[in-house]
Amino acid sequence: MAQVQTNEPARIFNMYKKMLLIRAFEEAAAENFHAGNVRGSVHQYIGEEAIAVGICENLRNDDLLTSYHRGHGHSIAKGADPRAMMLELFGRVGGTSGGKGGSMHIADFSVGMLGANGVIADGCTISVGAAQAIKLLKQDKIIVNFIGDGGINRGPFMEALNWAKVYELPVLFVCENNQIAATTTTKTVTAGDGIEARAKSYGIPAITIDGNDLLLVDRTAARIVDEIRAGSGPQLIQAMTYRLKGHYAHDEALYRNPSEVESALKNEPMPRTETWLKDQGVSIEEIEKAKDEAKKLMANYVSDAHEAPWPDISDAFTDVQDVGSPAEGTNL
Amino acid sequence: MAELTYREAVADGIRQEMKRDENVVFLGEDIAAAGGVFKTTVGLLDEFGPIRVRDTPISEQAILGAAMGAAMTGLRPIAEIMFSDFLAVCWDIVANQMAKARYMTDGQISVPLVVRTANGGGSRFGAQHSQSVENWAMAIPGIKVVAPSSPADVKGLLAAAIRDDNPVLFFEQKSLYAIKGTVPDGEHIEELGKSKVLRQGSDVTIVALALMVPRALEAADRLQEIDGISATVIDVRSLVPLDTSTILSEVSRTGRMITVEENPRLCGWGAELSSIVAEEMFFDLDGPIVRITTPHIPLASADHLEDLMIPSVDRIYEEVRKSMN
Repeated sequence: MAQVQTNEPARIFNMYKKMLLIRAFEEAAAENFHAGNVRGSVHQYIGEEAIAVGICENLRNDDLLTSYHRGHGHSIAKGADPRAMMLELFGRVGGTSGGKGGSMHIADFSVGMLGANGVIADGCTISVGAAQAIKLLKQDKIIVNFIGDGGINRGPFMEALNWAKVYELPVLFVCENNQIAATTTTKTVTAGDGIEARAKSYGIPAITIDGNDLLLVDRTAARIVDEIRAGSGPQLIQAMTYRLKGHYAHDEALYRNPSEVESALKNEPMPRTETWLKDQGVSIEEIEKAKDEAKKLMANYVSDAHEAPWPDISDAFTDVQDVGSPAEGTNL
Repeated sequence: MAELTYREAVADGIRQEMKRDENVVFLGEDIAAAGGVFKTTVGLLDEFGPIRVRDTPISEQAILGAAMGAAMTGLRPIAEIMFSDFLAVCWDIVANQMAKARYMTDGQISVPLVVRTANGGGSRFGAQHSQSVENWAMAIPGIKVVAPSSPADVKGLLAAAIRDDNPVLFFEQKSLYAIKGTVPDGEHIEELGKSKVLRQGSDVTIVALALMVPRALEAADRLQEIDGISATVIDVRSLVPLDTSTILSEVSRTGRMITVEENPRLCGWGAELSSIVAEEMFFDLDGPIVRITTPHIPLASADHLEDLMIPSVDRIYEEVRKSMN
């Protein structure tokens, strides 16, 4: 927990290392997507790393998390094993879901990561149900639901906000506002005063912060997570950010003004965090070493993924439900 | 043996399981204080309190999403969708979420969840409150599909559905709510995935589900009395898992199969069953398979039109008799 740490620069440096790991993971994922090793889709979290890391820094292992299609960063920040995740993207044995989930369906229940999701905003309703279970089972856990700005125009977001407040549930909604819904500028398709206003209209305390400011995200999350754990009911953080890459790895995002991207690059969380660390006396060598380590680690994971076996064909028939194998012809 | 209505058996089944397991919770629109719009859940709020028996907003996506979230984290929720037609509002959660979570996580979790819903026609509600949608559910891998025809089965199959570790869609036929039947005393649980031979004959096998079961039985009696045709009647009870061994063995004995389905004709469950029978035992058949269904139309609310569209005792009797000639 943030409050009990004494060596603040060391703690932030550790968080920065996690951001590097996410960045390296996303770069390796995209590289292998382009090389044809990872199929389907890869939605990179590049440029938004400070949010996942800043929020999850303030969660316990048994706190819960749900995410959406751009979920690699959340999974790593919550403690999922990036090696198993890379194997999952490659569709191999040893992947977080044995190759049956894929990029949009990373889940690791051992660290409370209940799953990314291929359907926008569906994590919102699942989260309020998990929060209800937490309350009913008298646990002191909380659940964080990450959602993008595009998701706030789907019904489940509205239904879940209402539900969370009506039953005063221990859920923190974190809307990562990267300002673009797939390829459409979100504000051009969103009525009203935005995400914070929508949450407040349900009586849910909401705050808008600079999501690329790691220390601010961390500080805000520390306060709000404590409040929710103490019984404040649901809250929402809108974290402003910018998606530095396309909607998914294939998308070059040519629909964007290059000057917009250029200015966003100056504001992205990695150099901003580095500047802070340097100001605190962390050496350039230490930072460069951390970057190299993240890249090397990822290269090892990629090479492990290449070598890992494909799932057995029988795996396709397991975990459908307990009614025998659908492969058994008419024996449904 | 107690005499209960189909309606009372719903609350009785839920009560039995909520008493047995404190992690069983129940949520839905108007289910608590009002006891359900069909009065199927009267008394449960008083007995188990508002934390475990909870009225929800009119938010079907949240009802099923929340039920799923709770099922993934330690509870065994029963969620009610008031009319099965409204499953279309939250079908995303059924088709994309609850049916796939266990598979996509490689078995890291299961989703012990029951979705109860009032299904089917006969109540003059019109096209948006009268559909038989059990065949929609059957088309999705990863969920079980149950539709009882008697009070005893309502209780026993509901109990089994609640104890099952997988998502189960439980279709109650709203025209059956008033029927009475005996229900065994004490704890009552049935096995999911078993059909029931209700009447054994030698000439033809009539396979029916839910509201079509009592109609098929009545038609079978008439066939015996008037025409001397001896019919087997099978209550399918569960579409997934489907008890093909019982059905195939009865059809093989009689050499003929008639399905009686309330769902619209195209892609109804009887089509799947016909395909299975044709593939497995084509040469044992003495005549073509006959499907008796609601036509492929929306249901009208006028008494006269609705009654003409949903398979009736008269229609079943005539179709079976015709098929024997």
